[in-house]
Amino acid sequence: MTTSRFSPRRLTAAFSLGLALVSGSATAAGEQYFPLQSYRVGPYAAGGTGFFGGFIDYMQLVNARDGGVNGVKLTWSECETEYVVEKGVECYERLKKGLNGAPAAATNPLSVGIAYATLERSTADRIPLITINHGRTDSTDGSVFPYVFPLQLNPYSEVSAIVNYIGQREGGLDKLKGKKIVTLYHGSPYGKETIPILDILSKKYGFAISHIEVPHPGTEQQSQWLNIRRIKPDWVILRGWGVMNPVALKTAAKTGFPADHVIGNIWSNSEDDAAPAGDAAKGFISITTHPAGTDFPVLKDIEKVVVKAGKGNLQDPKRFGSVYYNLGVVNGILNVEALRIAQAKFGKRPLSGEEVRWGFEHLKLDAKRLQDLGATGLVQTLTLSCSDHEGGGAVRFQQWDGASWKVISDWVQADRGLLRPIIEKSAAAYAKEKGITPRNCAKES
Amino acid sequence: MDFFLEVLIGGLLAGIMYSMVAIGFVLIYKASGVFNFAQGSMVLFAALTFVSLVERGFAFWSAFATTLGAMLALAWAIERGVLRPLVNRPPITLFMATLGVSFIIEGLAQLLWGAQVHGLELGIKDEPIDLGGILLSRFDLFAAGIAALLVLALSLLFSRTRIGLSLRSVASDPLAALATGIRVQRIWAVVWAVAGFVGLIAGLLWGARLGVQFSLSLVVLKALPVLIIGGFSSIGGAIVGGLIVGAGEKLAEVYAGPVIGDGLENWFPYVLALLFLLVRPAGLFGQRTIERV
Amino acid sequence: MLLSETGQFSTCYAHDRRAFRLRQERVGLGLVLAFAFLVVPAWASDYWFSAILIPFLILSLAGLGLNLLTGYAGQLSLGSAAFMAVGAFAAYNFQLRIEGLPFLVSLALGGLVAALAGVVFGLPSLRIKGFYLIVSTLAAQFLVQWGLTKFGWFSNFNPSGVITAPPLTILGQDLSSPAGRYLLTLLVVTALFFLAGRIVRSDLGRNWMAVRDMDSAAAVIGIPVARSKLLAFAVSSFYCGVAGSLWAFTYLGTVEPHGFDLNRSFQVLFIIIIGGMGSILGNFLGAAFIVLLPLLLSNLGGSLLAGVIDQGHIENLQKILFGLLIILFLIREPDGLASLWRSLRARARVWPLRA
Repeated sequence: MTTSRFSPRRLTAAFSLGLALVSGSATAAGEQYFPLQSYRVGPYAAGGTGFFGGFIDYMQLVNARDGGVNGVKLTWSECETEYVVEKGVECYERLKKGLNGAPAAATNPLSVGIAYATLERSTADRIPLITINHGRTDSTDGSVFPYVFPLQLNPYSEVSAIVNYIGQREGGLDKLKGKKIVTLYHGSPYGKETIPILDILSKKYGFAISHIEVPHPGTEQQSQWLNIRRIKPDWVILRGWGVMNPVALKTAAKTGFPADHVIGNIWSNSEDDAAPAGDAAKGFISITTHPAGTDFPVLKDIEKVVVKAGKGNLQDPKRFGSVYYNLGVVNGILNVEALRIAQAKFGKRPLSGEEVRWGFEHLKLDAKRLQDLGATGLVQTLTLSCSDHEGGGAVRFQQWDGASWKVISDWVQADRGLLRPIIEKSAAAYAKEKGITPRNCAKES
Repeated sequence: MDFFLEVLIGGLLAGIMYSMVAIGFVLIYKASGVFNFAQGSMVLFAALTFVSLVERGFAFWSAFATTLGAMLALAWAIERGVLRPLVNRPPITLFMATLGVSFIIEGLAQLLWGAQVHGLELGIKDEPIDLGGILLSRFDLFAAGIAALLVLALSLLFSRTRIGLSLRSVASDPLAALATGIRVQRIWAVVWAVAGFVGLIAGLLWGARLGVQFSLSLVVLKALPVLIIGGFSSIGGAIVGGLIVGAGEKLAEVYAGPVIGDGLENWFPYVLALLFLLVRPAGLFGQRTIERV
Repeated sequence: MLLSETGQFSTCYAHDRRAFRLRQERVGLGLVLAFAFLVVPAWASDYWFSAILIPFLILSLAGLGLNLLTGYAGQLSLGSAAFMAVGAFAAYNFQLRIEGLPFLVSLALGGLVAALAGVVFGLPSLRIKGFYLIVSTLAAQFLVQWGLTKFGWFSNFNPSGVITAPPLTILGQDLSSPAGRYLLTLLVVTALFFLAGRIVRSDLGRNWMAVRDMDSAAAVIGIPVARSKLLAFAVSSFYCGVAGSLWAFTYLGTVEPHGFDLNRSFQVLFIIIIGGMGSILGNFLGAAFIVLLPLLLSNLGGSLLAGVIDQGHIENLQKILFGLLIILFLIREPDGLASLWRSLRARARVWPLRA
């Protein structure tokens, strides 16, 4: 029999010390709290550090420059999810109660899996779940999903906007007839989600569409690109994720497909997707809702107030103004504006999740407001409502010049009218399955 | 026919890339009987260290040498801290320990060098070569050349040097080797160091293909079926296994994909390996074990 | 004194063969169960239910499943998560397609489908041994994930391939609150643990151990090796399948095929290594370690080091620490936490006569 060299007493002592340290820290009443389910390690750390860096820096800016939102300071704490669903759920449960009396405003997990797993919990706990540019498409229908907000762009709008852009490039949507388009998608639910929409669009405009799957993680794509070479498409839509993107560009070069006819989607649009492919990425086009760059007044302010003061959240200052960072800033702007709108109704105090939800539902960003925020061109104009939790549906296109992204188009709008019935049908099916009675949006104020 | 050849050759070349990772496994398994799951993290660590040094202004060769030094230190630490205390434990315990090692290496790599993604250029322009209508990848050919050199060097090391001799004796019977005065532990350190070197080479080649990022450690999953087909203890087997897996999965994806559904590259190598094993239960080149009751 | 055997005599063979021979152990077990069923639901918070207790119970069950296969029957598997996925998706489809099927029945049916899958992927074990066997379960791991993503039928053509929990009602009782989900999980897990305790002491369990220790020798003395191995795969996969259903329905409430990836299989493997192979109790200990340690580390790191070191660094340090602890465990406590318990118990039996 082996005997242990761990003393049980020492173990218990260590454990109780640990638990004692967990409880107890400083107080922060009178503040508004943002629970951050961030991810700074693991395969997607590059995206997580950028996004949460931008989000935190924007909140720091609001605190330092404006003294908070109407005097209510913002506070936050982080919990590492590693992009893993259970950790995200644990973090959600840990943070949802608020921080030392500061109530939680909204959760922003930036992960489809975590968003799905906390969707029902958020609704039950009355805390808005913000899934900017991603998430469950049918949650756009706020009558069924009152607490879920796929802000700016849901996956259906994304491919619709890409097809519209290809139409523009070809000289009109009618010119799409007879063209060949291939989508190269990540072999996951996220990747497959848009297949039916592309099929509908292909019927509507008369282009031929082929869907080619790349199995996760996508480190090897030789056969897929040889297939593409055989099809000889006019355009390739890349719906990738993580390492799949640079490999796609490298393999495209290897098989002689021009990078400037590859269009990346919203998760294939960062520096980290293009730069590792080196020269092979030159000319690669992608969509974005939040152009990279530091030329926006709001970024200048962050630089002046936060970064120069040595408080910037980024470990690598070179990533200031990168795609993920700017997405974080945009996300910060949208959260803070929703808070501001809710405060106008409920009073200038820390608000409950339910009240912040009202703010999101009445979020309205017009050109004037964007100008005031110093975010013209960085954020699109948005109008949310009870029935429409997406609000925008417009994207810009950018091209990789070998070192950075250059914006090459104005805002291109998705055909949201075409998508709406599909979304409503899917939401209705969900409502039926779950026994939810949809709100009557005509009666909501 | 041209297309078939293109797919086949592309697959064979990709297979050699898998072999590069598999060789690292084989070396360690041969010498210490450890199924080293941390090989993928070692590939990541090497590539990340190298590229970070280059970005900090090191020249190619000095970065290479420094990284190699780091890999040797790592190998020594693993031998001292993990293998020695776990000697004579069942293989599954050792396997689990290497999982622990991979956590440490991955954490360490990101702690030291951060989480961002790096590009790595080895100075080979990857424009396709047109050979009678068949496109060949310049980079993959280069990688195959490197792999051939590596295998040659390793076989010379094993068959022509004193260290190689003691290594082979440790591989065939550690106890007997110990009895003849061979310092088994030093041999282990040497083997882990060589595996670190192979990891560095694999890291550079894979890094140039994928970009240097966390996902590099996932190439392990491609190397496993290669190992299983080739047998855990044969370098030649790793090469042959790589060729079979590479060609098999590409042909299956292109020709069987449209029939049973595409995206089958993840599981196809495993099923292929399973079929091979049913015929030869110890892999193509593995040692057949004789059981006594 | 605590575990004194004085005065406890076996008066028939059945008493001698009991799993818990000492009165103190039986009383202790009763107390633990009473605590878990009666006290915990009244006392614990939502956070404890949703983030700690439920995953702990489910992972213990999955660990038990793998332990039956690896710890008792000696067949290495890296595909536990695949069988969990099969169980979850099968249970979901039974629930969806058969009107009014009770939840517990679909749970069991899901487990049976997983058992079937286990037998299929266990067939190669009749010919392949040792480490090479991982190829079969790895094939299961990747094939299942691919199939569930590829064919929309499994997820009822949900565009995101995600399945969501059916309403959790048993005998008209709504159990969808955190405490209800906890009780449901606890009930299923307790029942299956008792069953496993019986199995490993039955003929089948003895056959498994003979096969584990040396299958050629087992064959020589007339143990049906092939049947034992396949039954091990079947029973183990049944347990994993039920654990998968619970994971999807009582823990997360929604799950996608990717949620049952290779990392989950490794996690289950960690549980049995740390908890102790060939031990029933070890699964609880291992699962507790796996669930609590990262939480403790991240809470500690968050409160101790916040502001001192960059957040990303803290996470990486935690990862390193976790790896170190695993290695430390393997070195210091090769038979897992269960052996720690065993030695404690051995000491308690003679205490205070000998320390």
